[in-house]
Amino acid sequence: MSDYLANNSDVVLAALRQHLGLAFLPLLIGVVLALPIGYLGVRFGWLYHPLLNASGIVYSIPSLALFVTLPYVLGTQILSPVNIVVALSLYTLALMARTVADGLRSVDASLTEAATAMGYRRTRRLLEVELPLALPVVLAGVRVAAVSNISLVSVGALIGIGGLGALFTRGFQLDYTAPLLVGIVLSVLLAAVTDLLIVAVQRAVTPWSRATTRRA
Amino acid sequence: MGDDTPYLFDPTHWSGPTGIPQLLLAHLGYTGVALLCGVAIALPVGLYIGHTGRGSFLAINAGNAGRSLPTLGLLMLMVTLMGLGFLPVLIALTVLVVPPILTSTYAGLRNVDRSAVDAAVGMGMRPWQVLWRVEVPMALPVVLGGLRSAALQVVATATVAASVGLSGLGRLLIDGLSVNDYGRVIAGAVVVAVLAIVLDLLLGLVQRYAVSPGVSGRGLGRRTGGPAAPASRVDPDRL
Repeated sequence: MSDYLANNSDVVLAALRQHLGLAFLPLLIGVVLALPIGYLGVRFGWLYHPLLNASGIVYSIPSLALFVTLPYVLGTQILSPVNIVVALSLYTLALMARTVADGLRSVDASLTEAATAMGYRRTRRLLEVELPLALPVVLAGVRVAAVSNISLVSVGALIGIGGLGALFTRGFQLDYTAPLLVGIVLSVLLAAVTDLLIVAVQRAVTPWSRATTRRA
Repeated sequence: MGDDTPYLFDPTHWSGPTGIPQLLLAHLGYTGVALLCGVAIALPVGLYIGHTGRGSFLAINAGNAGRSLPTLGLLMLMVTLMGLGFLPVLIALTVLVVPPILTSTYAGLRNVDRSAVDAAVGMGMRPWQVLWRVEVPMALPVVLGGLRSAALQVVATATVAASVGLSGLGRLLIDGLSVNDYGRVIAGAVVVAVLAIVLDLLLGLVQRYAVSPGVSGRGLGRRTGGPAAPASRVDPDRL
């Protein structure tokens, strides 16, 4: 395994770099889109259940099926990385829209009422009270989305673009376990490091949640 | 094959060893066997950890660790190590099924109202009775939720199994791609997606009707203030 790494470090690094891009760009797109959609699901209560159903349906579509269908829907080349980015953005959006709505709904009504009584208008109340209080739930969702994006990217190798997944297909074709092991270890490590980073961010931006758990 | 007939509506694609029914059966076979193996391993362990609280670190982290495993890599590694066959694929699929079931079983049991457990113990129930008559029924919504997401993951990954030469609906995708038969690719994608969605809906129904009305609040008038399914709101991902 170390021989393989030493001799192919440029290939592995390029695969890792592509993997990072294919996992994080969709994460960003999905989260940014999910914030307003999740908010709408709370603001207009009748939208909440359709939102849950839609997110469940999108999330249940197998990744390979989505990867190969998108070129026809989008008119892109089958080998275009856009397909992977759009597919993973959809998964992230499906998961996060629901999570954002759940997070906002989890905010204690007495707190929003207190904010209203103190003269907060809707937008300011959302940005300064509800969203910060929803952060633990939202960030828990971001952890899940980030980790599952990282593991899903490699499936893209079956249609030619898959970051570390390229190491899997190469190892499989050559009947050679080293690239397979390197790819799996790097993918899991990447997911673990990302997860830890998000936890660190969560602890930094929600100091109050630690204080209350300690007291409980 | 007439090029004008969509793949799905061409009768020659509905019979023979590479017909859609055969591929569907193989797909369901992989999914079912992997789920059974996964449940056989994860359920007892999850029940033990949830009931006793011992080893909870394992149960909490299993979920995220499992999600971070790249399915394609695992599958290809197993086949490279063991040669082509059902067993390496089954092992890879089972490895993917265990974490979500383990984590959700543990989460379900841990979130059971402690006062209900204390009451059961106070009534003189033995540990086994507490587990089967109180903890499991109350944890069922979360446990079944874990089974549901595990099932979805296996259905998706069984598609990938075609890339290592196995049967299943993934054949339509992989073979279609390799010969540039896009009609076949789309047909495969549609069938797999529909299968996954139908399976999810079916398991949702099971989840709904297998759970005791006393736990789910189903059939209780809203105004009577029955327990409003607190357990089903527990998301094991947010432990």
